[in-house]
Amino acid sequence: MNKIYEILTELRPEFDYKQSKDFIADGLLDSFDIVSLVVELEEKFNVTIDALDIVPENFGSAEAISKVIQKNGESV
Amino acid sequence: MKTVFRKKKITGILGVLPETEVRFEDEIPNYNFPEKQTMRLKKIMGFEKHRVVKDTTASSDLCVSGLNYLLEKKLIHKYEIGAILVVTTTPDHFIPHVSNIIHGKCDLNNDVICIDINQGCAGFLHGLMQAFMLLEHLGDKKVVLFNTDTLSKKVSRKDRNSYPLIGDAAAVTVVENDSDAKDIYLNMYNDGKRREALIIPAGGSRLPSSSETAVVKDSDDDGNLRSLDNLKMDGSEVFTFVQTEVPPLIEETLKLADQDKELIDWFLFHQPNKFMLKKLAEKLEVPYEKIPMNIVENFGNPSGASIPINIVHNLGSLVMINKYNCCLSAFGSGLTWGAMTIELGGMDFCEMLISDC
Repeated sequence: MNKIYEILTELRPEFDYKQSKDFIADGLLDSFDIVSLVVELEEKFNVTIDALDIVPENFGSAEAISKVIQKNGESV
Repeated sequence: MKTVFRKKKITGILGVLPETEVRFEDEIPNYNFPEKQTMRLKKIMGFEKHRVVKDTTASSDLCVSGLNYLLEKKLIHKYEIGAILVVTTTPDHFIPHVSNIIHGKCDLNNDVICIDINQGCAGFLHGLMQAFMLLEHLGDKKVVLFNTDTLSKKVSRKDRNSYPLIGDAAAVTVVENDSDAKDIYLNMYNDGKRREALIIPAGGSRLPSSSETAVVKDSDDDGNLRSLDNLKMDGSEVFTFVQTEVPPLIEETLKLADQDKELIDWFLFHQPNKFMLKKLAEKLEVPYEKIPMNIVENFGNPSGASIPINIVHNLGSLVMINKYNCCLSAFGSGLTWGAMTIELGGMDFCEMLISDC
């Protein structure tokens, strides 16, 4: 999970993701951030995230992101 | 709608680009976002540079420039033209029609049919569909199809969702009857319930433009500044729409045409951005090399002209010498999505014109 927080912080260093329960509702990730995050996650976890999994609700928390990575073939 | 067109071919394609080229990095200060965050998109989305027209250039100007070039080079003659068909979302005026403006400025014969179609990113397939149907009634005459859009005039320069990817362009495609041509299969879908995913709210009869509609603000609270006169795109909805609808559409179209995916030489798709195309390729299990993805980074997204610009830029004169088994697909406002299988080859011309109009 720490690896996910590291990637998020690298993406938007101005936010503290550990303090948020919903990254989308709190404005910590916009749709372009999600695209950037997908590319980073694919590279760092060596997975290919299915296009249909790239929806905001799958990127609202570190737990949700972890589930997407696992669903697409990698344990976090 | 599923159909087949017989004995029709594309004779030639001319891409027409405005000479002004703007670099993405030079526009970053316009956006209300951190520079590092915006720069990350450059590689992922393919935002590098795009073409925009001058303030004084209208959509018809690119078309007139293109048709005059073809006439001067004798790549088509006036007496061969039976109809001109213009597909655009950015007409010069509501009246007169863009096709009539081209007709007048190029001094075409009075028996030439002039038709305008209001259609966005799926406009090339819509245009070809209409052109092929017109050819049934035109004997040995040809149809000249224009796809032209100058969306830079309708997108806010402070809207990072849309402005980096738009590209002004036109394409002039000549089609004709050919008894030796292979069958062309077309498969088109629409969903008007999702029409507001891409919308220009004001400027039509629903909400005429006024000083109020011109007020630029962050109405979605997402950092993008635009007015009601500007294009508004729901990027997430459009992405999901494309990834959901297009892969099964391609499979269905290939089945309709009784073609193996592996035997398609080129998948020539509309190009909204590189990320979307990569994800489509993965979903379709088609090698990246068979789906050119370099139009947005070189020219921006030319809306309905995207596929012909794609053909000219990536195949160019090769389609004058060789023949390729191709699958075209376009998707966008409407929402509309469609695919076509067609053999491209033996063209009389396939080139790009840089216009200073």
